[in-house]
Amino acid sequence: MSIFYFIAFLSILFAVLVISAKNPVHSILYLVLTFFTFTIQYILLNAQFLAIVNFIVYMGAILVLFLYTLMLINLNKDSEPMKTNLVKIAAVLGGGCLLVVLVGALKVLGISQPVILKNPDLGLVKNLGKVLFNEFLLPFEVSSLLLLSAMVGAVLLATKDKKTTA
Amino acid sequence: MESLSNRRKVLESKPLNFWERAYLPAIVKGLGITMKHFLFTKAVTISYPEQKREFSENFRGMHSLKRDEHGRERCTACGLCALSCPAEAITMISAERKPGEENLYREEKYAAVYEINMLRCIFCGLCEEACPKEAIYLDGDIVPSDYLRKDFIYGKDKLVEAPLNQ
Amino acid sequence: MGTTDIIVKFILIVIIFLISLVVAMYSTYAERKIAAFFQDRLGPSRAGPFGILQPVADGTKMFLKEEIIPANSSKFLFIVGPSLAIMTACIGSAVIPWGQTLVIGSYHLDLQVTDINVGVLYLFGVVSLGVYGVMIGGWASNNKYSLLGAIRAASQNISYEIAMGLSIIALLMTTGTLSLKEIAAQQHGWHWNVVYQPLGFLIFIICAFAETNRSPFDLPECETELVGGYHTEYSSMKLGFYLFAEYINMFISSAVMSTLYFGGYNFPFMHSLGLSDNWVTILGVVALFAKIFFFIFFFMWVRWTIPRFRYDQLMDLGWKTLIPLAIANIVITGIVLTLIK
Repeated sequence: MSIFYFIAFLSILFAVLVISAKNPVHSILYLVLTFFTFTIQYILLNAQFLAIVNFIVYMGAILVLFLYTLMLINLNKDSEPMKTNLVKIAAVLGGGCLLVVLVGALKVLGISQPVILKNPDLGLVKNLGKVLFNEFLLPFEVSSLLLLSAMVGAVLLATKDKKTTA
Repeated sequence: MESLSNRRKVLESKPLNFWERAYLPAIVKGLGITMKHFLFTKAVTISYPEQKREFSENFRGMHSLKRDEHGRERCTACGLCALSCPAEAITMISAERKPGEENLYREEKYAAVYEINMLRCIFCGLCEEACPKEAIYLDGDIVPSDYLRKDFIYGKDKLVEAPLNQ
Repeated sequence: MGTTDIIVKFILIVIIFLISLVVAMYSTYAERKIAAFFQDRLGPSRAGPFGILQPVADGTKMFLKEEIIPANSSKFLFIVGPSLAIMTACIGSAVIPWGQTLVIGSYHLDLQVTDINVGVLYLFGVVSLGVYGVMIGGWASNNKYSLLGAIRAASQNISYEIAMGLSIIALLMTTGTLSLKEIAAQQHGWHWNVVYQPLGFLIFIICAFAETNRSPFDLPECETELVGGYHTEYSSMKLGFYLFAEYINMFISSAVMSTLYFGGYNFPFMHSLGLSDNWVTILGVVALFAKIFFFIFFFMWVRWTIPRFRYDQLMDLGWKTLIPLAIANIVITGIVLTLIK
């Protein structure tokens, strides 16, 4: 349990550093560390497959792409556009709303019974695969359709100009 | 235009067929060629200080000051070599032969000091051609490397041929 | 796990770590020597007999060189880069089964650090992390050539990871497990996976070349275009770490290829020789290392045969050839598996 609290503390620390870091590249690197702590949490929960997928997909692919894009952007301070007051006020309002919701949610939160899995090995690959391809086959396939549509959309966006120019 | 030499070849660039586009046969062939070199071709390296490449007939290396058939130094310090030297590498101080030194020096005048700056020398061989006494030849080895500039000024100790009977 | 287990595991980890370092060290020597033989030269021959001490001399030189940190670089990340590169290179060896079980007295010594049931995915994750070292180092150098090298490394690694993953999926369909230990055990005797998955192996090895940034896909360090690539600004042992990481990666990926496709520690007729189990295990380790060294040799062989790809050719090969091929391989494997069942 003490490992959990330590890792949880680290996750929150790195998450705070993500938004407080001045340099965007640093903040991405803190995000990487945050995701790494999540991976450890998954391992502590005996969800090995989820842990490793989080590791590969988020840390290994998505954040590399984030870093990749950030490196290509000119990050000089003088090229940063000045935020208008309207944007600032909107940000304050949005953040305030989120805070209110969070506080409200925490207030009604009672201490529930800790969830005990019937099968503690549910997170292992074999069991997860069986569950995904039997019980949750429809949602699984629907989500894959969703990804397919996203891919088609990306291809469409990338080839749109050709018709107008050619 | 009509080719006059009858040697003109018309270059055909056919589109690559499937196996050529698949790349792999070409790669395998290339690997075979390199493997042939790995296994069968002998190394052409000459491990320099132990093993030496044969110099050509007209190779010009380090200078040597010659002796005649009785072991006497041929040089008479006339200074023609220094005069002919395009790089100003040669300098000398002449001296008169004392009685009793006839077995050391052939002529009545000889070079008491004879220095060649090997950093200046361009090994053109003009000194060799200018010498009326056939006293200097560039028939030595490659001039060895050294650490200090002063060590490249070669005096008579390094230039004069070894005496006959030694 | 008792105390003895932990101590034994610890010793095993140290031994594997040392072996990877020594193999990487001598890979640098082998690379130079093999390159020389391919080009009809002699190669390093001065330090010790046949130049056998050359890696020691190289290492000493690296340590004694001046350490330069560029003035406008991000200093912390500049140091993190090579450390991360060598760390990710080393942790891959944890899940590789180096041999079967040795029986010493009543103690069963498993020649694998840990057998997690997502071993293949773990390796995959480690590979995908490897790019961070290059990217961070390249970005922190504050040099356009380093940055270009880092960006090339990132896009190359991500592109080829997809094809690599897809080729592994076809393999996993035939093996039915993610544990490297079981995969190795399944390929008993002659039943190596390369027989069942030749196309998958081809895709995997091409991707392995790209993931380890080896020629013909060594674009991140393409000298003619990018000076030194991502390690242009590095000197001393930090440069040494980057170079070392490349060789460790090569060693680990050779080990992975041997384990996944070439039977790991299995060798033909391993149980019909009439040897005791311990001897079979030891010979198995030797067989695995023979396979690994063959693959390392193959990496070098290819390096001195095939010229470097152009960047668009690299991307074409990855996206337009390897990924469709890998998907076709999955489909074919699926069809064959259903028909057999």
